[in-house]
Amino acid sequence: MEKREERAVEEGAAAAAGGGEAEAAAEAEAEVNPWEVSGKIDYDKLIDKFGCQRLDQSLIDRVQRLTSRAPHVFLRRGVFFAHRDFNEILDAYERGDKFYLYTGRGPSSEALHLGHLIPFMFTKYLQDAFKVPLVIQLTDDEKCMWKNISVEESQRLARENAKDIIACGFDVTRTFIFSDFDYVGGAFYKNMVKVAKCVTYNKVVGIFGFTGEDHIGKVSFPPVQAVPSFPSSFPHLFNGKDHLRCLIPCAIDQDPYFRMTRDVAPRLGYHKPALIESSFFPALQGDTGKMSASDPNSAIYVTDSAKDIKDKINRYAFTGGQDTKEKQRLYGANLEVDIPVKYLSFFLEDDDELEHIKTEYGSGRMLTFDVKKRLTEILVEIVERHRRARAAVTDEMVDAFMAVRPLPSMFG
Amino acid sequence: MGYTKDQLLARLQELRIEFSKYEHPVVLTVEAQAKHVGNVGASLSKNLFLKDKKQRFYIVSALADTKVDLKVLSQRLGLGKGGLRMAPEEALGEILQVPLGCVTPFALVNESARHVSLLLDQGFKSQQGCLFHPLSNDTSISLNTLSLDKFLKSIGRDPSYVDLEANPKVGKDQPPDLAALVPSDSIVLPEFAEGAPPSEHSNENHAATDVKPKAVKAKAVKTPAVAEKVKDKSSTGVLPSISFTDAGQFVEEILDKTSAILLSEIRDDTVRQHGEQLGAVVSDTLRKRLSSELKNLAIMFKNTAYTEGFHAGTRHQPKRP
Repeated sequence: MEKREERAVEEGAAAAAGGGEAEAAAEAEAEVNPWEVSGKIDYDKLIDKFGCQRLDQSLIDRVQRLTSRAPHVFLRRGVFFAHRDFNEILDAYERGDKFYLYTGRGPSSEALHLGHLIPFMFTKYLQDAFKVPLVIQLTDDEKCMWKNISVEESQRLARENAKDIIACGFDVTRTFIFSDFDYVGGAFYKNMVKVAKCVTYNKVVGIFGFTGEDHIGKVSFPPVQAVPSFPSSFPHLFNGKDHLRCLIPCAIDQDPYFRMTRDVAPRLGYHKPALIESSFFPALQGDTGKMSASDPNSAIYVTDSAKDIKDKINRYAFTGGQDTKEKQRLYGANLEVDIPVKYLSFFLEDDDELEHIKTEYGSGRMLTFDVKKRLTEILVEIVERHRRARAAVTDEMVDAFMAVRPLPSMFG
Repeated sequence: MGYTKDQLLARLQELRIEFSKYEHPVVLTVEAQAKHVGNVGASLSKNLFLKDKKQRFYIVSALADTKVDLKVLSQRLGLGKGGLRMAPEEALGEILQVPLGCVTPFALVNESARHVSLLLDQGFKSQQGCLFHPLSNDTSISLNTLSLDKFLKSIGRDPSYVDLEANPKVGKDQPPDLAALVPSDSIVLPEFAEGAPPSEHSNENHAATDVKPKAVKAKAVKTPAVAEKVKDKSSTGVLPSISFTDAGQFVEEILDKTSAILLSEIRDDTVRQHGEQLGAVVSDTLRKRLSSELKNLAIMFKNTAYTEGFHAGTRHQPKRP
């Protein structure tokens, strides 16, 4: 998967639907595929174009009923807003048929920012709420090929990223993390070949845009990312459970990728993997900015100190507030483009408090300064918690998560 | 974490270094130590842990009777007149990883003391044996300088013996004679104790951690000289991971957090506001504010325990048939 969520945010000129300068921007045709996310995104149009479903309130209520706990803030706020076959997963779950989760990361850099953590935070919630196992794929081979880094370096990055992933709070008795360089082979490879046989060269060029100049490593990579959707790829975990369903939390730009997998699955006698998809996490500079690894001020990194975070929010966050206090009190803030409010909608758990802030800020009774202050508090707490958890992750712990071992209590 | 007395003594035995061991009640001063081992035929040492203005640290180990003048030493090291002073208490735990009253050349066995310079009293050489604490105040070991040198060389150190009472002139044409003993690197004391990943030997030795003072808050001075820390940005200012291996500490931390919120929520105004219902209200608040944080802590505790078990499992010897 070329870059996954990382690409989603790196290329992310994208921001949530709607926007200030509607007239000018709406003309540009938005581009969304695993390699490019640009333009102003209309999520409704995207859902139509891709052919996936909106995650409506009834589904969210159903999740709440089935899991006996409040739905995750990302569900409540529409961060994860689209799906394929999620209702079937819930139907099966209600019947007592569990499922497993599959997500991953392309380890191309050591520095992770909050945008990278979002899918993992949501996946952790799914693991806890539904009490199901999880496989996490680190596509070190993909990065080695696409980013042209050495095998050793990509493996090293995979292990480093694994530490940040583990720090998100996954349960080691229910989680298997693997890197392609370590794990590809055996049953996994058999599935890869089966998938490869079902996809013509033309098809893969059509989906991924390969050209005659691309090396053959790239062309043959897609099956690697497809087969974790099939339980038989993990005989040490799911032996005999060929009909176990799979749910994949990912960013919506990955949809084309999994369309290929869903197309192939029935031909191999497997269930189609279900998807639950998120919108893009905006860069600090908003629509006009791109979140990119080369610009440390475009995102909040998990290694940022409290002071860094405060400075970044104060200096670089694009706000919808007015230029002066007086104007602000008169006209209020433009919540559509305001980044601090958008970030709060991702990370402020309390619905009431968020509503209050939106009302007060939008009407001008609250100042940008106050909103930024509250945001900084929350982000600092998140980042410090993450850092502390990461410091507790040892190499031995990474080894344990990555060991090919049975997980006897994975459905417990 | 830091070496323990037993580990050190085992090391000495492995290296076939001769020493005599004397156990006694905990002592914090040379005078107290003298009461117990003053007559064993070995000479008592006094050990000073010093630092200069540029965050460089020194151990000066001398015969109890040798006069050590810090002002003179400071000049001889090229640090100027008042450049040397006693190192702060936190540094003892952080760098030497020994308790108060236990400064000893043997503390250099710890990685954390890598950049600490050691000055040994020339007077040691003529003694049959010299007494030092082997990382613990309840024991003294005596050994001669040959043995001490053997140990120091085994940890990659060059023993430097100095006439500590000498007072050579230091000036324009007379360079400080001990300048070579100034460490090349300063040591940054982190703001919080670092969450160092438990290494092989520390996993089995949590006893050593009682040495770490709880309220370590030395001011963090970020100097570029400390190359090791520059890369590891992620661990700056992180609380130690001790509470994920120690059930007692884990529970204490949970209770601390809970108490803090409890106390902050029970105030005059909230008592007035909720009256009899205050209990239920505070209970709800506690759940709301602590639930996810405590769950995260618990998961880390679980993962840590599993990892230790897994690690042990990969190394366990199968039962004999």
